[in-house]
Amino acid sequence: MSVWEKIEELEKQIDKFKSLSVEEHIEVDEVIVILKEKINDLHKNLTSWDRTRMARHIDRPKFLDYVPKLFNYFQEIGGDRKFKNDNAIICGLASLDKRKVVVIGQEKGKDTSDKIYRNFGMSHPEGYWKTIRVMKLAEKFGLPLLLFVDTPGAYPGIGAEERGQLVAIAENLYELSGIRIPIIVTILGEGGSGGALALGVGDRLLMMENAIYSVISPEGCAAILWRDASKAEQAANALKISAFDLKEFGIIHEIIQEPGGGAHKDFNAAADKLKKSIKNSLNKLVKVPIDELLDQRYNMLRKFGVFKEK
Amino acid sequence: MTAWLKKSILKKKEPDNQWIKCPDCAEILYKNLLIDNINVCTRCGHHFRLSPDGWLGYLVNRGTFKEINENIQSVDPLDFSDAKERYVDKLNRSMKKTGMKSAIITGVGKIGKQKACLGIMNFAFLGGSMGSVLGEKVARLFEHAIELSLPVILISASGGARMHEGIYSLLQMAKTSAAIRKHSEAGQLYISIMTDPTTGGVSASFSALGDIMIGEPGALIGFAGPRVIEQTIKQKLPPKFQTAEFLYDHGMLDMIVNRKELKSILIELLTFFG
Ligand SMILES: [Zn+2]
Repeated sequence: MSVWEKIEELEKQIDKFKSLSVEEHIEVDEVIVILKEKINDLHKNLTSWDRTRMARHIDRPKFLDYVPKLFNYFQEIGGDRKFKNDNAIICGLASLDKRKVVVIGQEKGKDTSDKIYRNFGMSHPEGYWKTIRVMKLAEKFGLPLLLFVDTPGAYPGIGAEERGQLVAIAENLYELSGIRIPIIVTILGEGGSGGALALGVGDRLLMMENAIYSVISPEGCAAILWRDASKAEQAANALKISAFDLKEFGIIHEIIQEPGGGAHKDFNAAADKLKKSIKNSLNKLVKVPIDELLDQRYNMLRKFGVFKEK
Repeated sequence: MTAWLKKSILKKKEPDNQWIKCPDCAEILYKNLLIDNINVCTRCGHHFRLSPDGWLGYLVNRGTFKEINENIQSVDPLDFSDAKERYVDKLNRSMKKTGMKSAIITGVGKIGKQKACLGIMNFAFLGGSMGSVLGEKVARLFEHAIELSLPVILISASGGARMHEGIYSLLQMAKTSAAIRKHSEAGQLYISIMTDPTTGGVSASFSALGDIMIGEPGALIGFAGPRVIEQTIKQKLPPKFQTAEFLYDHGMLDMIVNRKELKSILIELLTFFG
């Protein structure tokens, strides 16, 4: 049984006791306190692998679920003006309460046919060309940029290589590092490798509590370093990919707390918290003169890394 | 085993090590002659990998190269161990084997009459994988070039990310790209040379951001590894897929240059933009 199943089991027991107390007038407060403590303990001890499973949970809210919760206006805009529209990345013009913003998000899809339509959130180069076009549009009109990351990675395929996946990702990094508008990045679920980083450069990095962010998928790492893809759990924990790990490393600025059992358990609460954090960050960022903001962004990027120098 | 016996065994083995078989034309090549030919097969032109020393000896005027940031070394930020060994042990082994402290050597030297900042990667050091040190040395190289108003020439050879450094490894892609942007905004030239192999995080960051991008003949260049692609799409890959020639045909490279002509091309480019 996974930790998440154990937590679910305990939550069911709490519900049972609660209904017992109503129906049979039995005193259950003490039992519920104990059960809640157990849940808290389980939460505290969640490993990177547990978070990975939650980040990929079938019921986990996706980018398009967040859109109506975060924005009172949203108009999708599509196309890279070169080859085709990539459905794994969605761009749009939006209002965050009264503030106009430009939004770019990775979408994995809901049911099977939608997942196929979204290519499971794995972009081709045209997706990354689209994001460059749209971020330049945002820059032209001085609109803040909100990026939302949720992808297993950039798509590894023949067409993707033919059309220059490597150049497309590199150019995104290049553009984001110097684009003259405030950028907020939120990692919603899976932050998989270079395909995630291509939308992962900004002035503030937020991460949902059960999201992960990794240089390689745990399975990929296990296949290479353990020569056994089933060692993914070990690899995930060794790679230290949870929001708490990344906060400790000083890489992300803020963890957005999720309801017990994950964001899907009380999606409204999770989305509310995220909206509040984005608005807070944005209110601060728009006050910083743009040249100062770019200096701060550069210094932040330059500090990524640990090494020694004698 | 006595020292004498050890020596005689080593001696016996030596002659075999003097020869190498060309993977393209199967010719048995004498190593010293191959080195004289900057590791290009004398029969078919196959490009073997070249060490940083080999590159410096070939490209840079004798006695003009000054290395910078040579004392930056990797640490083990995640306390990482895989199935076989600890990351620190792996690092120590690679340092001993290659005599280098990282997978790249950076510095300033003269090519012909032109001064340039140079970065040369070493595939022999943990597959040229990108960790914090590689990213830092590349970023500092571009910053140094901005200070000195110099072009940068960077020769890549990398299998991708240094997984052992986790997220720090991934973020080097963003760090190096940001430094390149500064260098570009300062109006300086960047020539990227991709050798066999240039894949993964290196290919999708600083290697792919040259004003001029050059591939070596036959070099494997791509973002995703061929095996990963094959497993994903469950089909055989077309011949020549992800070679320098394939990238050139698809518009990703400016030119494919035979190593023996590279020096004169670089001098021409440096002169043209200089
Ligand atoms: Zn040959």
